[in-house]
Amino acid sequence: MPGWLEIVLRSFFFLIVLFVITKVLGKKQLSQLSFFEYVTGITIGNVGAELATKVEGNVIHGVLSILVFAIAPFIAGLISLKSKTFRDLVEGKASVFIKDGKVMEDNLKKEKYTIDELLALLRKKDVFDVSEVEFALLEANGDFSVMLKKQNQPVTPKDLNMPVAAVKEPQTIIMDGSILDEPLSTIGLNRNWLHTELDKLGVILENVFLGQANSNGELTVDLFDDKLKVPSPQEKPLMLATLKKCQADLELFALGTDSKEAKEMFSKNSEKLQKAIDNVIHILRN
Amino acid sequence: MTIASNVKQCVSSLKGIEAGLSSLALRTQDDESKRILHETMLVVNEVRKDVQKRAGELEREEPQYKGF
Repeated sequence: MPGWLEIVLRSFFFLIVLFVITKVLGKKQLSQLSFFEYVTGITIGNVGAELATKVEGNVIHGVLSILVFAIAPFIAGLISLKSKTFRDLVEGKASVFIKDGKVMEDNLKKEKYTIDELLALLRKKDVFDVSEVEFALLEANGDFSVMLKKQNQPVTPKDLNMPVAAVKEPQTIIMDGSILDEPLSTIGLNRNWLHTELDKLGVILENVFLGQANSNGELTVDLFDDKLKVPSPQEKPLMLATLKKCQADLELFALGTDSKEAKEMFSKNSEKLQKAIDNVIHILRN
Repeated sequence: MTIASNVKQCVSSLKGIEAGLSSLALRTQDDESKRILHETMLVVNEVRKDVQKRAGELEREEPQYKGF
C-alpha cells in the first residue's frame, strides 16, 4: 500500500473513531468544558492526529490510548452525578467576583483576572458601570454571570402589576410551501383549518415560505413574493373594538330612554360589560 | 334610524362577540385564558338577553318598525 493511501485510510478511520467517542461522551463535552474535559479533549485530539499521520505506527495502541482518555471523563461524569465533593474537585467551583455591589479583589487575584478583564467581562454583558451590579460570578466553566441591582433590571409586566395573557410556544406549520402535519396536530389544528385561514388571507399555499400558528390559533405567514402585503391577524382587536362599541351604545341607550326601568337595565348592563372588558382586555389586545 | 333599530343592531353585535369569544376560547391553548374568555362570553350572553328583551318591548311600542 502506498504511503499516502495509508494516511488517507487512517485519517478516515480516526475521524470515525473520534466522532463516535465524542457522540458517546455527549453534548456536555462540547458546551461546558470542565478541567477534566478540557484536558482529555485536547489529548484525544492530539493522539488522533498523530495516529492519522503515522507518527505513531500501531493503530491498536492508539485506539486503546484514545479509549482510556475517553473513559476517564465518562466515569468522572458518573461519579460527579452522585458526589458534590467530587464535583467541586473535578469541575471546579464558581468564584464570586462582585458581591453586594463590591468587587471581591481576593477572588479576582485567585482566578488571575485583572480589573481590565473584569470590566471587559461586564461589558460583554452590556454593563458599563460597575455600580449597577449587585452580584456577579465566574462560573466553573468560565462563563460570567451578572445580576443587576433591582432598579437597573429591565421592567417586567409583574413590576407594573400588568396582567398579561399567557402564551405557549408558536408552531411552525408551513415550510417552503409544504404543510408540516406534526406541529399542526400538536396545537390541535388540522389541514382544513389551515386552508380556511389561508383563504381568509387570500394567499395560496405554494406562495408561503414560512407559516407559524400561535397558541391562540392565529396564523402569520411570510410569502415568497415580498411585494404582496399580508394583513396581520385582526380578529382579536376587532372583537375588542366591537365590545367597546356595544358598551358605549348601551350607555347611550340608558341616556336616551325615558322609561325608568329600561334606563336602569341599560346602565346595569353597560357596567357589567365594562367589567367584562376590563377582565378580558389583556387577552384581546395585541 | 330609530332607537329600536339601534338597539337591534347592538343585539346582533353582541351576538357576534359572543360567537367570536366562544370560538377563541375553544382555540386558545392556555387554560387560564380559556377560562377568562368563557366567562366573558357568559357575561356578554346575559347582557345580550336583557337587551334583546328590551328590543322586543320597543317593537311592541313601535310596531311600524317591526323587523327581525
